[in-house]
Amino acid sequence: MESSAYITLKDVVFSRAGRRIFDGVTLDIPKGKITAIMGPSGTGKTTLLRLIGGQLRPDSGQVSVDGHNVPALKRKDLYRLREKMGMLFQSGALFTDLSVYENVAFPLRVHTKLPEDMIRDIVLMKLEAVGLRGARKLMPSELSGGMTRRVALARSIALDPELIMYDEPFAGQDPIAMGVLVKLIRDLNSSMGLTSVLVSHDVPESLSICHYACILADGKVIGEGTPEELRQHPSDRVQQFLNGQPDGPVPFHYPASDAAADFGVTGGAL
Amino acid sequence: MMDRIAALGRGGLDVISSFGRSGRFLVGVLAGIPRPATGFPLLLRQLYFVGVLSLAIVVVSGLFIGMVLGLQGYTILSDYGSEAAIGQMIALTLVRELGPVVTALLFAGRAGSALTAEIGLMKATEQLSSMEMMGVDPLRRVIAPRLWAGFIAMPVLAIIFSVVGIWGGMLVGVDWLGVFEGAFWGNMQSSVDFVDDVLNGVIKSVVFGFVCAWIAVYQGYDCVPTSAGISSATTKTVVYSSLAVLGLDFVLTAVMFGDF
Amino acid sequence: MAQRTTEVIVGLFMIAGLAALLFLALQVSGLSPKSAGDRYTLYANFNDTGGLAPRGKVSMAGVTIGAIESIELDTETFQARVVLAIDAGIDNIPADSAAVIRTSGLLGDQYIDISVGGDLESLSPGDTFYSTQSAMNLERLISNFASGR
Ligand SMILES: Nc1ncnc2c1ncn2[C@@H]1O[C@H](COP(=O)(O)OP(=O)(O)OP(=O)(O)O)[C@@H](O)[C@H]1O
Ligand SMILES: [Mg+2]
Repeated sequence: MESSAYITLKDVVFSRAGRRIFDGVTLDIPKGKITAIMGPSGTGKTTLLRLIGGQLRPDSGQVSVDGHNVPALKRKDLYRLREKMGMLFQSGALFTDLSVYENVAFPLRVHTKLPEDMIRDIVLMKLEAVGLRGARKLMPSELSGGMTRRVALARSIALDPELIMYDEPFAGQDPIAMGVLVKLIRDLNSSMGLTSVLVSHDVPESLSICHYACILADGKVIGEGTPEELRQHPSDRVQQFLNGQPDGPVPFHYPASDAAADFGVTGGAL
Repeated sequence: MMDRIAALGRGGLDVISSFGRSGRFLVGVLAGIPRPATGFPLLLRQLYFVGVLSLAIVVVSGLFIGMVLGLQGYTILSDYGSEAAIGQMIALTLVRELGPVVTALLFAGRAGSALTAEIGLMKATEQLSSMEMMGVDPLRRVIAPRLWAGFIAMPVLAIIFSVVGIWGGMLVGVDWLGVFEGAFWGNMQSSVDFVDDVLNGVIKSVVFGFVCAWIAVYQGYDCVPTSAGISSATTKTVVYSSLAVLGLDFVLTAVMFGDF
Repeated sequence: MAQRTTEVIVGLFMIAGLAALLFLALQVSGLSPKSAGDRYTLYANFNDTGGLAPRGKVSMAGVTIGAIESIELDTETFQARVVLAIDAGIDNIPADSAAVIRTSGLLGDQYIDISVGGDLESLSPGDTFYSTQSAMNLERLISNFASGR
């Protein structure tokens, strides 16, 4: 599996606003597989995806995608590389001035010279896949949160990318939609050999579809392996995260000063 | 004391770095040849939002300013018995100064703030980020058409403003106060020069259009992507554009009309 | 909004701008397409041009017939040499006409008025006015009056 890594991170250090978010992350994401990235909220999963996409540059360390060293790429090459990537943003990030149909058609119109009827076929096919073919005339403001995310998913697979990164695709989905999405992600991967990176909090769903998973906490990878290996992982922290126990070595709180000092001394300022 | 000096230094550095960033931003926007096939419809759309939708406020303001100029000019000039010079006064004031300047101020308030808010919101909702990740450069796709639209629309608006203003001045001066129409136009024509007055006024508005549009799109693009950040960026657009227009107007006037 | 409608509206907007510019050119600055090219040059020498300035008008019996092109100093005679551009249609100015600097109103701009002579010959392009009358200098007038001369 090491031989066919599509994305490689090596000793990545990254800080933001003076806070070190990654402190030496090393990670291989295999080609053609689904890799789940899990971790407590705010550990930098979204940040990790942005590093891979070249929107952020690491302070030190290497990020390479498909053999290209991303931070060192020239603008033009970076944009060319991104045409091969799809990314589903946590917020959906649909273009609010375009209809659902036009949103999904956008990457096709920009990057291909396909005739209009072919674009139409592709768009409707992608919308069908996420169950929203009937919603194609709506504007993004008329969609619910879950629908927004599914449209965004349809848009990110419009160009049939080699790599797709899903930032929390399951959040806000009802059980049926969730089942459909799980199946869709799995199908995309198996039928087209897509490399998928899945960021999610939903441990059971993620572990059920991924081939490989890693858990981030405190700026480091604390556990990685196949779902089976992770379930058997000796580390307390991994076990705490997988089983969702509130008490354990992984803190639930964002780093803060001593609680007694915060609550006690000011004496009910609010 | 040291803190104050340090704060001053930090403020100065911030200002310089924001100039640097906005310059680099501008290079990023203007670099690369726009592809006419995709660029033109985008530009057209922005011309509609930035230019056509600003027309109403520009026409109404132009009319009133022209009428006020007519009234004031008449009261002042009739003291010297030379109220026929009112046409010359209105035309020169509008074409050289008020046309470009007032249009630019209105533009900053009407179109500039809208541009900033729109781009800021696109940033806050990650639309710009997602565009980047699709391999589309938002600087060219989103920012460039808006910048060009402002640049093109401003002189058109300013010219329309001047013409409407002159017409408003004529309404008051000729139709209402009874200045002889032949003298009104005759005086105007003998004192207004097409190149020195009209074209210089147009050049002013071209400069203002560029600066206002630049400030508006940069403030939107550079804003802190939150509600408060967007609102403060919008305010900054209006304030900075107005100051820049008034300051540049002085410089341009000195260069164009000053005798030295 | 449909692409087509936007195109039409923006087109109308640009046309309105062009029409306004045309209005500024023709009606406001009095640029008329015909008179621009066909003018001919005459010269006039003055002892004192006072506040005369380039672009000022040249008139005859109150009708504008041309403009002042430039004013420069003749370093041999130390007189001001004024270049006049006269409309080509006015090609029969009598050769003994005089160029007089006048002021419009009490404090208005100064211009050149051509007071018509009686000669049968007329000035041809490039000629110089034989007789001229310099600007009336209010200040000098007053000081002359005060000193009793
Ligand atoms: N623009 C920013 N400036 C400074 N710090 C930031 C910024 N964006 C994010 N952070 C910090 O980076 C850390 C990681 O953020 P990130 O969005 O990657 O978390 P995440 O793992 O995706 O969380 P979640 O699961 O809640 O989406 C957070 O602690 C946050 O405080
Ligand atoms: Mg996140």
